[in-house]
Amino acid sequence: MAYIVLDKAKCKSCYLCIDACPKNLIVKSNETGSTGNFVVDFKDEDNECLGCKCCALTCPDLAITEVYK
Amino acid sequence: MQQVFKIPDCIKKDAKFTFCPGCDHGVALRLLGDAIDECGVREDTIAALCVGCSVFLYDFYDIDCLECPHGRATAEATGIKRARPDKFVFTYQGDGDFAAIGFAESIYTATRGEKVTSICINNTTYGMTGGQMGPTTLLGQVTTTTPYGRSAELNGYPMKIAEHIALCDGTAFSARVSLDSVPNIIKAKQAIKKACEVQIQGLGFSFVEILSSCPTNWKMTPQEAHKHVKEKMIPIFPLGVFKDVTKG
Amino acid sequence: MTKTLISGNKAIAQAAFDAGCDCYFSYPITPQTAIGEYLSEIMPKAGRGYVCAESEIASINMVIGAAATGAKAMTSSSSCAISLMQEGLAYAVGDELPLVLISVMRAGPGLGYIYPSQCDYDQAVTGGGNGDYRILVLAPSTVQECVDLTHKAFYLSQKYRNPVIVLSDGLLGQMMEPAEFVKYPYPEIDNSNWALTGAKGRTPRKIRSLEINEEKHNQNIQHLFDKYAQMEKAEVLYEEHNVEDADIILVAFGTMGRNIKAAMNLGRKYGIKIGTFRPVTLFPFPNKRLSELADRTKKFIVAEMNMGQMIKDVQIAINGKAQVKHIGRPAGAWLDETEILDEAKIMLGEEYAASV
Repeated sequence: MAYIVLDKAKCKSCYLCIDACPKNLIVKSNETGSTGNFVVDFKDEDNECLGCKCCALTCPDLAITEVYK
Repeated sequence: MQQVFKIPDCIKKDAKFTFCPGCDHGVALRLLGDAIDECGVREDTIAALCVGCSVFLYDFYDIDCLECPHGRATAEATGIKRARPDKFVFTYQGDGDFAAIGFAESIYTATRGEKVTSICINNTTYGMTGGQMGPTTLLGQVTTTTPYGRSAELNGYPMKIAEHIALCDGTAFSARVSLDSVPNIIKAKQAIKKACEVQIQGLGFSFVEILSSCPTNWKMTPQEAHKHVKEKMIPIFPLGVFKDVTKG
Repeated sequence: MTKTLISGNKAIAQAAFDAGCDCYFSYPITPQTAIGEYLSEIMPKAGRGYVCAESEIASINMVIGAAATGAKAMTSSSSCAISLMQEGLAYAVGDELPLVLISVMRAGPGLGYIYPSQCDYDQAVTGGGNGDYRILVLAPSTVQECVDLTHKAFYLSQKYRNPVIVLSDGLLGQMMEPAEFVKYPYPEIDNSNWALTGAKGRTPRKIRSLEINEEKHNQNIQHLFDKYAQMEKAEVLYEEHNVEDADIILVAFGTMGRNIKAAMNLGRKYGIKIGTFRPVTLFPFPNKRLSELADRTKKFIVAEMNMGQMIKDVQIAINGKAQVKHIGRPAGAWLDETEILDEAKIMLGEEYAASV
């Protein structure tokens, strides 16, 4: 059961992680962040996360702080 | 359950990057931090930083840093290394810094084979001053100083930095990588790590040019910017290792 | 102690080596190239840093890099090439880094020529870099003083964490004189609380001149000026002769300090009461002493191998209390003692000249 740790305070809403996730587990949230835009949420109800780190590797703002696999 | 990703120790625990959304500087800093951590030299590292968005590294990294005049980081890195040959010394510069105002210092640091590592962010523009034409600006690219697009006749051609550096006899490693996609980010990490190792082995100057996006000044979304890197930059600035003395 | 017959340039090089210079980086330019040639022989052999840089822009920045690690670092150059270093000097001041710059003046402006000159007093003392800053400037007038002041330059640069310039000229650089190379009493200054050595077991250090907080920036500049005030209190040096009864005082620095002494000796033979005053530190300038001298003596001649640079500082010091006249030539043929004496006689007036 892989998962990621998301620090929404660091998210600048570039959404590069949304494109990077092969399982489409990252989505726009309803919360707004430091830039005034919607930040992202990690939604993995069916435990699909592969722990592939693609999102973390792409994130330019260290907002994905940890990945477990 | 195993942790497969963490923020490098090099980077301050409370670091919050101040780059624009989608800017690849953040990715480059993380990769470099990982490489330094993996080489185990964080506490023996001295960085030389210049002018441009790249200078902010000193706000985010938990290492000793020296701020240099615009373009002079490689000369100052030379001084640092000559005074303290046992330290790991790197510069982190933009293309304008490394290849325009500082190109004389850069090419001679490579030629002398100084045992330092330079990381150069190539985003085809002067980012900090608001998107003017730089040494690597693409032909046709609109910037605030090439409002009709860069014309070869008027402004000359974009510079191929990694190829120039590879031509120097003192260069031990020169590569160009990109941060436009996950596979390329993984390759970029390998090149940066290699550049660090080459310095630690004392083989000569090591250099990595990183193709990066500047969504703000390109006036694109981060997604469009990465597409631009892939479709417009990589054909002009081919990725690859141009010199590696560890490989016959 | 035996004396060695040696040129001013080589004496500076040997003195720098003796003072523990860890790194020397430079680019050749006449008339100071002998310094680099000399050090290229002995620095690498001793395992110290030496690079013949690609430019003076590179060499001053290499010096800054080395200095930032706590190393004693030096470069040397001349006139038009020191113009190239002004950016680096301003950064070194802003970063509070100790470094030594040997400036061996030649004629200017532009390429000028390789004649000896003193036309870069202003360049050294008021500088050409940006911002509010000062650089300690020491001006030797003999080869022995080249040795003494080079040692002192390393000490003062470390003590104040500020660049120090030793201001020589082409004449002093090429001229050979006997000099003693002795041990100097300067203590080693501890730099372990600021030097960049890798952040092992301590908080990482950032050496930078950028400060985006206005209040902090102003504090930083005030800190620099507190240091300069301290220098003015503690470091002023000058040499004076026969000023007690002088009707006229000849003022000169560096090489010209020799000629005013010769003019004084010649004048005294004829009974003309001439004194001499030679600032050794050009910054901090001996304002206080000159002002005191002007309380009694009302005529001053400033003799320089330039068209009038130090005279401005003399005028500021004397502040209208006495008459000040400049004599000088831009380069090459310096004023000899008879010419200086003639000028002194003219200034003193026919009546005075006739009375002695």
